[in-house]
Parts: sequence; C-alpha cells; structure tokens
Amino acid sequence: MTPTEYEYLRKFLKDNSGLDLSAEKQYLIESRLLPLARKAGMSGIAELVQKLQGGSRQLITDVVEAMTTNETFFFRDKVPFDHFRDHIMSEIIKARAAKRSVRIWCAAGSTGQEPYSLAMCLKEMGAALTGWRVEIIATDLSQEVLEKARAGVYSQFEVQRGLPIQMLVKYFKQIGETWQINPELRAMIQHRQLNLLHDFAQLGTFDVIFCRNVLIYFDQDTKINVFNRLARQIEPDGFLVLGAAETVVGLTDTFRPIAERRGLYKPNDPRAAVTKPVLAGVAPRMAAMAGR
Amino acid sequence: MKTCLVVDDSSVVRKIARRILEGLEFEVTEAEDGSKALEICQRQLPDAVLLDWNMPVMDGFEFMGHMRRLPGGDQPKVVFCTTENNVAHIAQALSGGANEYIMKPFDKDIIADKFAEVGLIPVGQAMV
Repeated sequence: MTPTEYEYLRKFLKDNSGLDLSAEKQYLIESRLLPLARKAGMSGIAELVQKLQGGSRQLITDVVEAMTTNETFFFRDKVPFDHFRDHIMSEIIKARAAKRSVRIWCAAGSTGQEPYSLAMCLKEMGAALTGWRVEIIATDLSQEVLEKARAGVYSQFEVQRGLPIQMLVKYFKQIGETWQINPELRAMIQHRQLNLLHDFAQLGTFDVIFCRNVLIYFDQDTKINVFNRLARQIEPDGFLVLGAAETVVGLTDTFRPIAERRGLYKPNDPRAAVTKPVLAGVAPRMAAMAGR
Repeated sequence: MKTCLVVDDSSVVRKIARRILEGLEFEVTEAEDGSKALEICQRQLPDAVLLDWNMPVMDGFEFMGHMRRLPGGDQPKVVFCTTENNVAHIAQALSGGANEYIMKPFDKDIIADKFAEVGLIPVGQAMV
C-alpha cells in the first residue's frame, strides 16, 4: 500500500465512519480490506482504492463494515456487568419504583453479545423486575452485524468467550455446531442501524447507555460531539458506561465519573456544562478537574 | 504458584494445555487417564483440574466423582475440556460437581476466560 493510498483510506474512513486511524495502522487496513478486495475479485488495495474513488456505493458500505467490526464477547470485561447488576439496576429499581420501566441503549451493540449479556443479567434478577417494562435498544453501524445480532446464533468458539457455562445451558439452544440465544431473550432487544456521527435524538431518552469500545476510534472533536449528544439522551439520574480504556475526563463536563466504579459516569446538570465551555488543548483536562 | 493437573490421554493436548497454563503462571502436572490422575490427587490435591472426558482405564467423569469424595476434594476447581459438546454431557458434568466446561477445540483465550470465570486467575489477566 502506497502512502497516498493509505492517506486516502484514512480520510475516507474518517469521513464515512468517524474511524480515526493513527499513522501506523497499515496492517489493520490490510488485514481487514485485503480479504474483502480478493472476495470482490480485485487484485489488491490499489484497485480497491480506485473503485472507492469511482464512488461504488456497495463497496463503500462493505469497506466501512469491514473496518468497524470489532471482536466482542459475552460479559466483556465482566466488571461493567457487575456494576450494572449491583449498582445501576439497584439504583434504578429504587428510583423508578412508581414508573416500573427502564430503557437501556447499547450504542455499539455489535454482534449482540453486549445487549444479550445485559438481558441475561436482567433475567437473573428475577422477581425484582416482575411487572417492569424493560426496553433494550441495540444499535450498530453495520447491517451485517445487526443481522447476526438479531439471529442470536453464535459459534462454539464465541459462546466460550466470557459466558459462564451455566448461562450457556440456561439461555441457549444448541443447533448443530452453533448455539442460539432463547427467543425470550431475543424478544427483549430491538436492533436498529445507527451511525453515532448522525443525529440520534429520535431514540428518546434512556436510563442507561452502554457505549463501550467505539469512541476510542474517534478523534477528540468527534468524541466531544458524541458525548454532548449522548448527554441529551440520558435521564438526569441515568448512567453512562464506557469501555475500560475510555473516559470523558479532559473532554467534556457533561458527564462525571462515579468514584470507585470504573467506567461508570453520571450526567452533570446540563446548565453547568453550558456555563463552563470546554477549551481546546490542555485546558479542558484542568477545566474538568476543577469541575469535579 | 497455583497448581493445575491436566488430565488427557492425548500427549499433544497435554503439551498445548501445559504451555497455555504455564503462561498463566500455573505449576502443571499431567496424567494420561482418570486412574493416574486419582493417584496424584490422593497424594496432593491441585488447585485446578483441566479434565478430558473420554479416556482409557477411567474416564474424566468417574475420576471427578472419586476425587470429590477425597478429604478436601471439594476444593479443586474442575474444568472439563472435551469434545463432548452437547447439553446432556454439560448438564451431567455440572451436576456431578464440575465448575466449568470447555468444548474442544480450545485456545489460550478460552482457557483464560474459563479459569477467570471460576476465580482461578484475576479477570484482568484473561483480557491480555
């Protein structure tokens, strides 16, 4: 891949998906896009770039999907799901006792492991949620990924990553060499296509937003933009859950970390955010520290 | 250092498992069938057993039954690791006292995940 081709693909991915590749990610592009190019009968990356410049709509979709599909597994990182059960849901059960309803958004739902893990957590809570209206909306950029999530069919390899064996037996049905999640859990989740760079106000407001391991691919301005828009979709006493390597600190004052609960954030009063604009460069980190 | 007994009649599988487990900082001993594994356990119980099902002389399920009845035999974490990949076998293993269950083929990630699941290694270690 020539430097020109790499630069073209970097800019292309940035514009079309928000994916912000650093300078030395040639290997990532090659490992994801070479198989795609070959499958489409092309000789290599050079021809793929030519076709993209020619504006092939299907190819644009395929390339974005191939680059943004990430490895995921059930109960990934484990700790956020412990927080979800022990802290988030126990707070929400108290706060929404009259309304008896909870709305959860998996903003990077990928192939379904995260929303289904949440569904299993909720099922395990049993009687505490009897009579509750539970809504889980899982969104992803990729149609192909959403179809897999909807079907809820996983390989033997996939069901052995992060999923306790008792959960496998309890919530899945074996179909030949694959395992499908039970219809009851599938019915708990609505899968929708969504690009986080686009407007998502139509989804309504949520009590809990899981947005893990997707913003790490975005540049700073895009992250800030997404955080600020997420803040508008979250209830004032709601929770934002980020990935292990992600934070709002130094980027925005719209959320604040919860002490002793890594990865958990609460929205700040929106008026506070307006009066305290986030500055560029080193300053926002200090602004955020001062704001806590 | 925690100890893990690898019980499998295939020397290749034992070798692969040993390499993975040593990478996870276990001290590994091996046995080629349930009977030999039981002799080892009668001398000293390991912290973990990675256990094949189908083996000559004594199979993994029978071994687990005997081991669980030894003094302190309820302590080791038993992780089955077998080509028996159907719900009936999994349910039988769990009700017989297994803590986790791996369906072959396996790799480092699966072993690390399952060992973290039963508390043999910290969760963070499985992520590496």
